[in-house]
Amino acid sequence: MQYRAFLIKYAEIALKGKNRYLFENALVDQIRRALKNVEGDLRVRKEQGRIYVECHSDTYDYEECLQALGWVFGIVGICPVVILEDNGFEELTKDVLRYMEEAYPGCSLTFKVNARRARKAYPLQSMEINARLGEAILDAFPGMGVDVHHPQLLLNVEVREKIYVYSQEIPGLGGMPAGCNGKAMLLLSGGIDSPVAGYMISRRGVSIEAVYFHAPPYTSERARQKVVDLATQVSAYCGPVRLHVVNFTDIQLYIYDQCPHDELTIHMRRYMMRIAEHFAVEDGCQGLVTGESIGQVASQTMQSLTATNQVCTLPVYRPLIAFDKQDIIEIAQKIGTYETSVLPFEDCCTIFVAKHPVTKPSLKSIERSEQRLKEKIDDLVAQAIETTEIVMVGM
Amino acid sequence: MEVYLDHAATTWCYKSVQDMVVRTMMEDYGNPSSMHRKGVAAEAYVKKARGIVARQLKVREKEIFFTSGGTESNNLALAGAAWANRRQGNRILFSALEHAAVKEPMKRLKEQGYETVEIPVDRQGVLSLEALREALTPETILVSVMYVNNEVGSVQPIEEIGALIRENAPGALFHVDAIQALGKYKIHPARMGIDLLSASGHKIHGPKGVGFLYIREQAKIQPQILGGGQQSGMRSGTDNVPGIAGLGAAVEEVYRDLEKRVDHMYHIKELLTAGLNRLGETEKVVIHGMSLRAGAPHIVNVSFPGIRSEVLLHALEDRGIYVSAGSACSTHKRQKNTTLAAMGVDQAQRESAIRFSFCEETTEDEIRYCLQELERSVPMLKRYARR
Repeated sequence: MQYRAFLIKYAEIALKGKNRYLFENALVDQIRRALKNVEGDLRVRKEQGRIYVECHSDTYDYEECLQALGWVFGIVGICPVVILEDNGFEELTKDVLRYMEEAYPGCSLTFKVNARRARKAYPLQSMEINARLGEAILDAFPGMGVDVHHPQLLLNVEVREKIYVYSQEIPGLGGMPAGCNGKAMLLLSGGIDSPVAGYMISRRGVSIEAVYFHAPPYTSERARQKVVDLATQVSAYCGPVRLHVVNFTDIQLYIYDQCPHDELTIHMRRYMMRIAEHFAVEDGCQGLVTGESIGQVASQTMQSLTATNQVCTLPVYRPLIAFDKQDIIEIAQKIGTYETSVLPFEDCCTIFVAKHPVTKPSLKSIERSEQRLKEKIDDLVAQAIETTEIVMVGM
Repeated sequence: MEVYLDHAATTWCYKSVQDMVVRTMMEDYGNPSSMHRKGVAAEAYVKKARGIVARQLKVREKEIFFTSGGTESNNLALAGAAWANRRQGNRILFSALEHAAVKEPMKRLKEQGYETVEIPVDRQGVLSLEALREALTPETILVSVMYVNNEVGSVQPIEEIGALIRENAPGALFHVDAIQALGKYKIHPARMGIDLLSASGHKIHGPKGVGFLYIREQAKIQPQILGGGQQSGMRSGTDNVPGIAGLGAAVEEVYRDLEKRVDHMYHIKELLTAGLNRLGETEKVVIHGMSLRAGAPHIVNVSFPGIRSEVLLHALEDRGIYVSAGSACSTHKRQKNTTLAAMGVDQAQRESAIRFSFCEETTEDEIRYCLQELERSVPMLKRYARR
């Protein structure tokens, strides 16, 4: 018996009130996008609060299809479904027994049949279907027992035009469908954290744009390519990403010339935030996203975060703020960005880093040294914004 | 202006090579192993290339085996010699300057139980003959020495080393990695006491993905790639006809007027070195390797302490000048520049080393432009060193 359809389960969307259809439509769009390149004629159908993926070609790639659905935010569970023709209840019983035999050979489990009669013209009522199919299973498989409260196996039988039988649920990514909760600007470096931060925020249904600061000749073309690759990897989850590549060299050198060295990183990050916010506002984003985590490095202490946060008016979201490095690495490995992140190309944050950077900068002293940049910095920032290159990834 | 000064990494192809490659891909595309005339036509190209290489090295045609490049040639020579001669002994010597394509197979052989011994080099990157003499024992079955080092261009006294081996360990095979030497020196393995010689196509204006290994008839080598028995069973796999034909054309052309080409490269090297010395009057500049004419004609390795190699490389790239940081093969791994380390060069100089490498068509104008850009960017980049 072949699985010819998938029932897509989603959780939170179902809670939404009148907006529910918006979320469901977003999920359907994302599922269609994910299945675009999967072999076979796969159609997505929304019906009575359920989403089905059905195969309309003779063959399709089951594994590839499951894998593709496993990338879609908003899906809580994926149930492979066997579709049966309605040839009377007797035939249905035979088919269900055959399904059980194939899906659970030699198993002794507690079970419950959960019938749903969507087609009210069907001669048997749900309760009757439950009872009769349960009995047939008990008779056919001596190892099986009924448990209506906590069954190990829930056999769903849905009577529609045809009859849908399913009992397995493969966990999905959860979260909410991409694009249904606004848009944010991700500060993307080549490191481990920022792609994970992008993944996590977009798991909440937020679309992502990104900004990357490079500093040629101090950073290489390969470092830039690495960031494009990371953005592409994240876009597999969150959809196309508009990546802003900002040339930061002149700003960086100017700060280096004018400010105390132990404060370099803080000043740099303040200007990165300002430029990121500029693009965020320009493109209609509702917030900034960073991969910062308290105390991970000198520029991520509570005091340093305060100093960088101060320059923005948009909210700055930091999904990893209370995560340990090891936990972040585990997510990076799970979502497939880790290998790329650890390639050894220098990024612009590490190039001029002082041997002993300040860990508890006072806002006052940072603002005081920032005064020294007054003469040229606005021109340099304007120039950096003007020369920024846009790369579209994940189209 | 675009100035490519990374010819030791790879270089463009001769027109004659391009023609050969296209013809063997589009017209005479047969498999040399086929019995019909398409196969015979393709085989003729391979034969011709083999003939060209053999004549140039003054060896027999049956002593030339085509491979996928320098790395495969080195691997075949080392593993092949070690396994075929393991009853004679298990001691293998190699110089501290060897390329990863020799050092990595050596590591493997060591894991497999061979005694591998690294022979030190001096400050100029030249093998110590004294240390080599001492290390040569009757159990020695193989000695591997690089003719021209790819990072600093130092040249080894191959003939003397060959004589030393014959004198002190007559049973040992002598392998020479000549990948940077082919097309710059006349190499005659028989006269120089070489038993095995590795070479590559793309360093001499030939195609990438093709090379050869010379194996002296009497040398025992165990094949490493098994299959259809092509090339007398020494290296199975359908002959890479376009590559081999292209390699033949490249060898033929590169050795035509060799002296003139090499003279030109030395002239370019002199021009660059003089300019670097001039820059050295105001900035710290350290040129590595042997004296100008003693070293290879196409490589200059120089450090600008205080500027990381990568940064200067990208700054030059920004001006259209392409150079290499140490060795092109080792930039992906953050490893120490092994040749410079073996020569006793300190870390600050190793981290700031740049390799310029030329070909016969590098012009004086290109070098002047490069020097002018160095004079501009070196002082600027030094200002922004990490403090």
